[in-house]
Amino acid sequence: MEGPTPLLELQNVTQAYGTGAKRFVAVSGVSLTIHEGEFVALLGPSGCGKSTLLRIITGLQKPSEGRVLYRGQPLAGVNPHATIVFQTFALFPWLTVQHNVELGLKARGVPKAERRERAIALLDKVGLDGFETAFPRELSGGMRQKVGFARAMAVEPELLCLDEPFSALDVLSAETLRGELLDLWTGGELPTKAILLVTHNIEEAVYMADRIVIMDKDPGRVVRDMKVDLPYPRSQKSASFLSVVDTVYAVLAGRTEAEYVEMGTAPGQPGRTRNLPEIDIAGLAIVLELVSQSPTRSANLYDLARELKLDSDELLKLAEAAELLGFATIDEGDIRVTDLGVEFAEADVTERKQLFAARIRRLPIFEWLLDMLEKEEDHEMQWDDVQDLLEREFPSEEAERNVETVVEWGRYGELLAYDDSREVIYLETPEREEQV
Amino acid sequence: MRIPRVFFPGQNMERRLTWADALILLGIVALVGFGVQLAKDAPAVVRGPSISLHPSVLPVYAVLSTGRMFLAYALSLAFSIGYGYWAANSRRASKVLLPLLDILQSVPILSFLPVVLLSLSAVLPQKVATELASVLLIFTSQVWNMTFSWYQSLTTIPKDLREAARILQLNKWLQFKTLQLPFGMIGLIWNSMMSWAGGWFFLMAAEIFNVGSRDFRLPGLGSYLQEAAHQGNTRAILYGLATLTLVIVALDQLVWRPLLAWSQRFRLDMVHDEDAPTSWFYDVLMDSSLMARFRRNWIRPLAERFDFWVLRRSQARMDRDQSRAGSNVLAWLVLAATAALVGYGGWRAAGLLIQVPIHGWLRVALGIVATFLRVALALALTLAWTIPVGVAIGTNPRLARWLQPLAQLAASIPATALFPVFLAGLVSLAGGLNIAAVALMMAGTQWYLLFNVIAGASAIPRDLHFTAELMKIRGWERWKVFLLPSLFPYLITGSITASGGAWNASIVAEYAEFSGQTLKTVGAGSIIAEATASGNYPLLLAGTLAMVFTVVMVNRLVWRRLYTLAEDRFRMD
Repeated sequence: MEGPTPLLELQNVTQAYGTGAKRFVAVSGVSLTIHEGEFVALLGPSGCGKSTLLRIITGLQKPSEGRVLYRGQPLAGVNPHATIVFQTFALFPWLTVQHNVELGLKARGVPKAERRERAIALLDKVGLDGFETAFPRELSGGMRQKVGFARAMAVEPELLCLDEPFSALDVLSAETLRGELLDLWTGGELPTKAILLVTHNIEEAVYMADRIVIMDKDPGRVVRDMKVDLPYPRSQKSASFLSVVDTVYAVLAGRTEAEYVEMGTAPGQPGRTRNLPEIDIAGLAIVLELVSQSPTRSANLYDLARELKLDSDELLKLAEAAELLGFATIDEGDIRVTDLGVEFAEADVTERKQLFAARIRRLPIFEWLLDMLEKEEDHEMQWDDVQDLLEREFPSEEAERNVETVVEWGRYGELLAYDDSREVIYLETPEREEQV
Repeated sequence: MRIPRVFFPGQNMERRLTWADALILLGIVALVGFGVQLAKDAPAVVRGPSISLHPSVLPVYAVLSTGRMFLAYALSLAFSIGYGYWAANSRRASKVLLPLLDILQSVPILSFLPVVLLSLSAVLPQKVATELASVLLIFTSQVWNMTFSWYQSLTTIPKDLREAARILQLNKWLQFKTLQLPFGMIGLIWNSMMSWAGGWFFLMAAEIFNVGSRDFRLPGLGSYLQEAAHQGNTRAILYGLATLTLVIVALDQLVWRPLLAWSQRFRLDMVHDEDAPTSWFYDVLMDSSLMARFRRNWIRPLAERFDFWVLRRSQARMDRDQSRAGSNVLAWLVLAATAALVGYGGWRAAGLLIQVPIHGWLRVALGIVATFLRVALALALTLAWTIPVGVAIGTNPRLARWLQPLAQLAASIPATALFPVFLAGLVSLAGGLNIAAVALMMAGTQWYLLFNVIAGASAIPRDLHFTAELMKIRGWERWKVFLLPSLFPYLITGSITASGGAWNASIVAEYAEFSGQTLKTVGAGSIIAEATASGNYPLLLAGTLAMVFTVVMVNRLVWRRLYTLAEDRFRMD
């Protein structure tokens, strides 16, 4: 499938938001070429800028730096040869299924009779014959996304972009739809020259794509570009499939580095402040318990995801948190629980909270916040003020998410408390508790 | 009954008054100054056509009144869509357009009536001037909430739908037709209904404005009612009220209900709604094969042709568009001209204002205080009865089922139509006009509050009721801990609309000519009306501006803060 003709080319694309001290790089220096005949998966954790990249590729957004070439020509405005299938389907609820599919053709001036013919043929192809006059709200999620596919294919795009198209569907519909799309693609029934799939689901990427571009966050960048040389249809249980998945896990999970590298620096200090992963603390305990029970105190991340029925994205966040707190180390896609981690897993609720508190106290962001609260007269700070300070390190949404995580972790460890009615974060001290 | 939220443009929630606000207030001063300047040339004696009280004229009068309403509504719709579209698509323009809307929506429109009437009759034939003034007045009462709703829709279209429209290469017209208009449709229709209700209120007042030797009147239902009350003809009053009610109910059943039922297809949520509005007339239309054929053979092909015509034109323009500049120059010219006009108008207005003697200003201040107290009293009385009644209805679905339609019918009769009736009943009492004025304010505004309280009470989750009962929270405690906090956002929303309506009513409520005698009481409204009667233009300008300024300030300093508080602290969803 080595396509000689480059369809799309990104040259050193960077996307930044904001200016001055509040300038953040969402995507940094990405160069990427998509050839005819390729099915490329753009894979990475949430917040790595893969959706931004998709918007740049389709021309919905102009990058702050770098060039986008389509068939060798610089892209101006929305790329007329590309379409997107959206995660949320993005169907117009007030149009019938058929009118939704016809819409792109109408915009291109295709006469009514021809539009109708093509729409009906496409709906037939995706298995929706008989639903032409239905409205999207009458359909199930899987069927809605089929309309989404039909609408995208109606304009015969050369580049079909899929933006997490299966992640809003139930497991069964997603599985079916993936299979059907692959059948159409490998059977040469799509008018499309190349497919770009944006996803955070590792198995999905390995199952579908013949090339995986792996991205990482902070800042969003490409960390690996690998071919998947498995024949279609792929069996998700075959050893060769599992070995590719494992490799991808290893790349995404990274390897535990020295503590000072992992923890980053305090806000306001030179260096990068560590973005706290958004996790469920109970889930963290479950993972540590499970892994610590194995004789080697280690587990393969992919096996673990399957055993716990967790999304790869969720598990990677839990692993990241365990790593950050010193409860586990990660290497080559394996997680290994440390002594501290075993202690945490075996402790009762009170001990767990104490241990957790002791660990998060060491994180530069907590050190920084606790220190500030200590210095305040009432030992309290406005949420917005904390967020403002963090906005020098992170874009505004991420700063807010980090304050949320800090408060949640701090509350669990009984270091911090938060008063929602006054929107203040304050130090949890015995005297304070009596007052309240 | 859906309760619309009050719109405050988000970005200046926190700030109090910005330079844009100041400029806009200056602009209003200039505009009113111009108007008063023109008004000086208004004829001293104006005779309107005589109004017949014979029942046979009622159909014609009804058609005339409805026609005025329709004309004003068409204007409002066109204006709303254009203005909202502009504000939503130009960041620079929105900096001025939004604060402008914000102030205009809180200005008591009726206070402009004398200025508009006098200035128009100075430059136009009297009949045309009166017609135009009534249409303009109705327009200004209808347009703002529609514009806000439309603007808000445009700025809240989900990102994925906007991106889908762009990636499908829809041109501006197709985006408008398949995305923006459908998305804004439900809000636009609800607000159109509110606007019509508000429009009747102003129409009744604008069809007859009778001060001193100036008698502006137009044949219509409003003037019929006033004339009937004037002559003390009870039977004619009843005829008039019956016709008005009939027109309102007919429009509701034949126009608004069907539109509402139709608009349900534009909901964005993907679930089926059991309580969706229905309409028998809509069902009839939908089942008729004649309508179906009309749609198939005429509407669809015509729409298709229009779409393609726009498509060809937009492609042609895109080719030309590459080398276009200079629209900026035009924008600056318009801006400079506006600035010059505002400056000139402001200067003339200032010239008029310095002619107002000290005691004139004192009178205006006193009038503002008196009207303010009357508005506050009307609001307090209204709250006193609507809260218990609204909670009773809202928490009792059986009661709600038969009381709600009744209340809606009662609410649809514009209070200004009832004013002559109040007056006839109360004029002989001591302080009759005072009581009548407060009664009119209440009549016009209590329904907003009642509906808001009902909506608020029925939105309280059942679990909260059960919990309160289990914890044995009774009596005052029950109101304090749980009912009033739950109602708070709704009370504030209702009060904002209600107090706006009450200020408006003061113009017609504080000064009246009845059975040949002039009745007046101390108040800002009576100052404006009296200044119109006597041709005291500086006082007219001072009174109008003082009222506008007071209402805008009260809105900014009191209502907006309470509203923010309500939204932050007490909203349940």
